[in-house]
Amino acid sequence: MKEFMLLFRQPNYDYSKLSAAEFQALAKKWQDWAGGIAAQGKIASNGRRLALEGKVLKAGGVVTDGPFVEIREMLGSFLIVKADSLEEATTLAHGCPALDANGSVEIRPIMG
Amino acid sequence: MENEQTSLKRLFQQEFSKMVAVISSLFGLQHIEIAEDIVSETFLQATETWEKKGLPPNPTAWLYAVARQKTLYYFRRDKILRKKVIPELTARQEKSVGIEELNFSQQNIRDSQVQMLFAVCNPAIASEAQIGLALRILCGFGIDEIAEAFLSNKDTINKRLFRAKEKLRTEKVKMELPPEDQIVSRLDNVLHIIYLLFSEGYYSKTQNQILRKDLCFEALRLGLMLTGFERTNLPKTNALIALMCFHASRFSARQASGHTLVLYEQQDEALWDGELIDQGKHFLYLSAEGSEVSSYHLEARIAWWHSMKEDTQEKWENILDLYNQLLLVNYSPSVALNRTFALYKANGRQEALIAAEKLKLDSNHFYYILLGELYKGLDNEKAKSNFQKAYSLAKTQTERQDIQEKIDNLLRMPER
Repeated sequence: MKEFMLLFRQPNYDYSKLSAAEFQALAKKWQDWAGGIAAQGKIASNGRRLALEGKVLKAGGVVTDGPFVEIREMLGSFLIVKADSLEEATTLAHGCPALDANGSVEIRPIMG
Repeated sequence: MENEQTSLKRLFQQEFSKMVAVISSLFGLQHIEIAEDIVSETFLQATETWEKKGLPPNPTAWLYAVARQKTLYYFRRDKILRKKVIPELTARQEKSVGIEELNFSQQNIRDSQVQMLFAVCNPAIASEAQIGLALRILCGFGIDEIAEAFLSNKDTINKRLFRAKEKLRTEKVKMELPPEDQIVSRLDNVLHIIYLLFSEGYYSKTQNQILRKDLCFEALRLGLMLTGFERTNLPKTNALIALMCFHASRFSARQASGHTLVLYEQQDEALWDGELIDQGKHFLYLSAEGSEVSSYHLEARIAWWHSMKEDTQEKWENILDLYNQLLLVNYSPSVALNRTFALYKANGRQEALIAAEKLKLDSNHFYYILLGELYKGLDNEKAKSNFQKAYSLAKTQTERQDIQEKIDNLLRMPER
């Protein structure tokens, strides 16, 4: 089995308008979705969530704080799964809650 | 008479591990067989003497006194001990130690036993042999009982124990607590072995209920022993104890019907042991200190939710969440199956069916039982074919009987 990284991107991570119950429901959605992959024994490494702040280094040594203006979607978190093929890894990504938030999942094979 | 014999057996079983630990801490682990011999001979003498003269006022003190004499005798008679062990002893302790000082104080028994626990759970020994050795040396089980617990024969067990003790020698395992910087990782090993011991009893293939219960309570006792020392009394130690208490509380209820296991759903909660549940809660509370969430924490919390029989949405959502987390730390097919069952209870049959079909645990009969249960009432033909697959994969007659009952029940159940 090969390893693939699932990268979750969403246009918006502002959860301030969510009620506690809604936030909990969203967290449950993510957990149940990841749990479904884990139940198939296909999680290679439990990805961490990324903090919202960060820096971007650009050509010429330019460092910026706000990297996220130029891309429509921002990387939120990642997960490393085990699958036989890119197709299978993509199948695992179905049902990802990022999709419900108009986001996307990028599936990339891990080399080596 | 029967009663006296069982209580004597219990006394010997308890004292065996204490005495072997104390004597071994004096002689060193490479001579553990001598310690075992001394203790066995002491028991033999006790049985003979007590049969004639009746039980002494303090049987334990009697045993320690005789063991002390026999140890002295061994020292005088045994050349190896005289030439090798005594110089080592004196070198180690920098003063000549009188063997008559063999120390059976509560404190020394406790220390020796916990040192023995770490020695037996040394990662150098293969885990199968480790459980056998733990049963023998730490729990004082007889070879025939160990053989029965493993559904094996005495020969095999003897060989296994021999190899394990050989390993203690060749790896020069010492009776001591690991150094500060290793204690946490070594403790993981110890906890794992205790967990395996408990499971061996809880899920054992043997039909001998007393033996199974004994195994579980011995595992619990070893866990409790670790709470007596600051360095081993960690949150995960308490989590494991909580887990064992919650499981053990259902012991009688699981066996109510005599021949076959009573599954959780059909258990009579009046048979659950409330005292053990309270103990479990106590240790679960202690385990919540610190930030580490071990698999024992997660399993203990699942077991705690199960100690409430009432089916609520909240209960099953929490159990599902805990199983999701547990899978990330520790995947196993049975956790995956339990998680899918919790998914069914929390999120409904449809979602659980989709998830179950993805598991593809094709050689696991529990998998087909789960699928059968999920299809039951929805598509009885599919339920039946899954139960039939389970039947063909089942390993014991009892299991086949249970599955056949499920198939028969389907005929009486209308589809929705």
